[in-house]
Amino acid sequence: MNTALQRRELLQFGLAAGGLLLVRPVRATSFEMQSAIADYASGAPVKPGKVKFDIPPLVENGNGVPITISVDSPMTAAEHVTGIAVFNERNPQRDVVRFTLGPRAGRAVVSTRIRLATSQQLVAVARLSDGTFWSQGVDVLVTLAACLE
Amino acid sequence: MARTLITAPATAKRGEVIELRTLIAHPMETGFRPGADGLLLPRNLITRFSCRYNDELVFSADLHAAMAANPYIAFFTTATESGTLSFRWEGDHGFSQTETVAISVS
Amino acid sequence: MRRALGLVLLVVTMASAQEMRRSGFDDMSPSTQAMQRDDAQNPAMLWVQDGAALWARAPSPSAPACAGCHGDARASMRGVAARYPAYDEALARPIDLAMRINRCRETRQGASRLAPDSQELLGLESYIALQSRGVPIEPPADARLLPWRERGEALYRERIGQLNLSCAQCHDERAGQRLGGGLIPQGHANGYPLYRLEWQGVGSLLRRIRNCMTGVRAQPLPAESPEFTALALYLAWRDRGMAMESPAVRP
Repeated sequence: MNTALQRRELLQFGLAAGGLLLVRPVRATSFEMQSAIADYASGAPVKPGKVKFDIPPLVENGNGVPITISVDSPMTAAEHVTGIAVFNERNPQRDVVRFTLGPRAGRAVVSTRIRLATSQQLVAVARLSDGTFWSQGVDVLVTLAACLE
Repeated sequence: MARTLITAPATAKRGEVIELRTLIAHPMETGFRPGADGLLLPRNLITRFSCRYNDELVFSADLHAAMAANPYIAFFTTATESGTLSFRWEGDHGFSQTETVAISVS
Repeated sequence: MRRALGLVLLVVTMASAQEMRRSGFDDMSPSTQAMQRDDAQNPAMLWVQDGAALWARAPSPSAPACAGCHGDARASMRGVAARYPAYDEALARPIDLAMRINRCRETRQGASRLAPDSQELLGLESYIALQSRGVPIEPPADARLLPWRERGEALYRERIGQLNLSCAQCHDERAGQRLGGGLIPQGHANGYPLYRLEWQGVGSLLRRIRNCMTGVRAQPLPAESPEFTALALYLAWRDRGMAMESPAVRP
């Protein structure tokens, strides 16, 4: 499908593995992903900020991509993160995972491993106890092994 | 019974924020993948993970096909009292598994 | 004087050639490296858990468990995996760790062989190989192994398949370059059995070699074949001195 095009783009980029994380605010690149985010936020505005989305900028294999999402919050009973959700642009489905937290979490940090079908944009959205929503988007380049079974 | 690996501290101080790391063996078959015969392999996913601290829900996750096989989930909770941490995975085809770990809080 | 200098140069060149070896670990991104380093995150540890359980369980009431003869694997199996493939007297040929496990099962436990790359065999192999983590690979200095090692090296350098490529062409001559966006590693077999992200599970060196051979459109070597064991023996010699990383993680 898009794989050949992605690979050509990859070669043109002249990749070097490094710590450069491409970070962009959420933009209307994919209508479906925007709809999924809007649905999660129940129509409330989703602002860039407070969320740190750690993901390797260059993924060696889309089958197992480690991610860590941290949200800047005191995590008190009065002010805490109630949810963290991850959305994608180009997998068969937009949803990746939705975490539910509370003040007992102590720290609004979650780590897991996800699957990426191809190079794409991802967005992590945090829901706070005051009803506001915050997000960060990342662009990820996905390569895969040359010799498949 | 799927194999699981839970990394949690056995002891903690009251109020300490502790990290809990969980791993479970599961193919997380998406339902989008064709098998050798070209037919789609049936979906088989873990769809929900939850953690209870002395029966009180402290963390949960709703998982979709984009979660990797052999799901790894790491999160934090506050050590409030001694007792039992229970971890539960639920999913397709009636899959359900609970593992418990004791914690001593001083 | 000149001879001595020549000898020094030869030793230095050989030494630096050894140091130019890069484990597949070094070619991975930091997050994949972290996955391997952290036993709480490494999915292969689930297979190790299986292996530990199998080690302790007798296959039948009348036969011993592995533990029955070998006791605590953490002591008895330390360094063992780093010395395979090794020569087996009864079969008069080298065998790898998987074959050794099956030999034990058949001859000493009255149990049936475990199929290659079966969950049980991978579990036992991972558990035993884990006990050699950090130990330098050291194929036995057994003269009977030499002709097998030479056969293995010949196979490593032989062009095979419709694509007419040899292992050496990619993993010696073009290591560090890219094939279809993926980095070509030097192909050191120091982490097997390993969790491959591509497989979404643990697999053996046999599985990986068979993949490579299918990849160049060659007929893959059968499990337990003399050719495969010869190749594995050459790879162990090629990796000599490198630390074992089993159970590793690879992309």
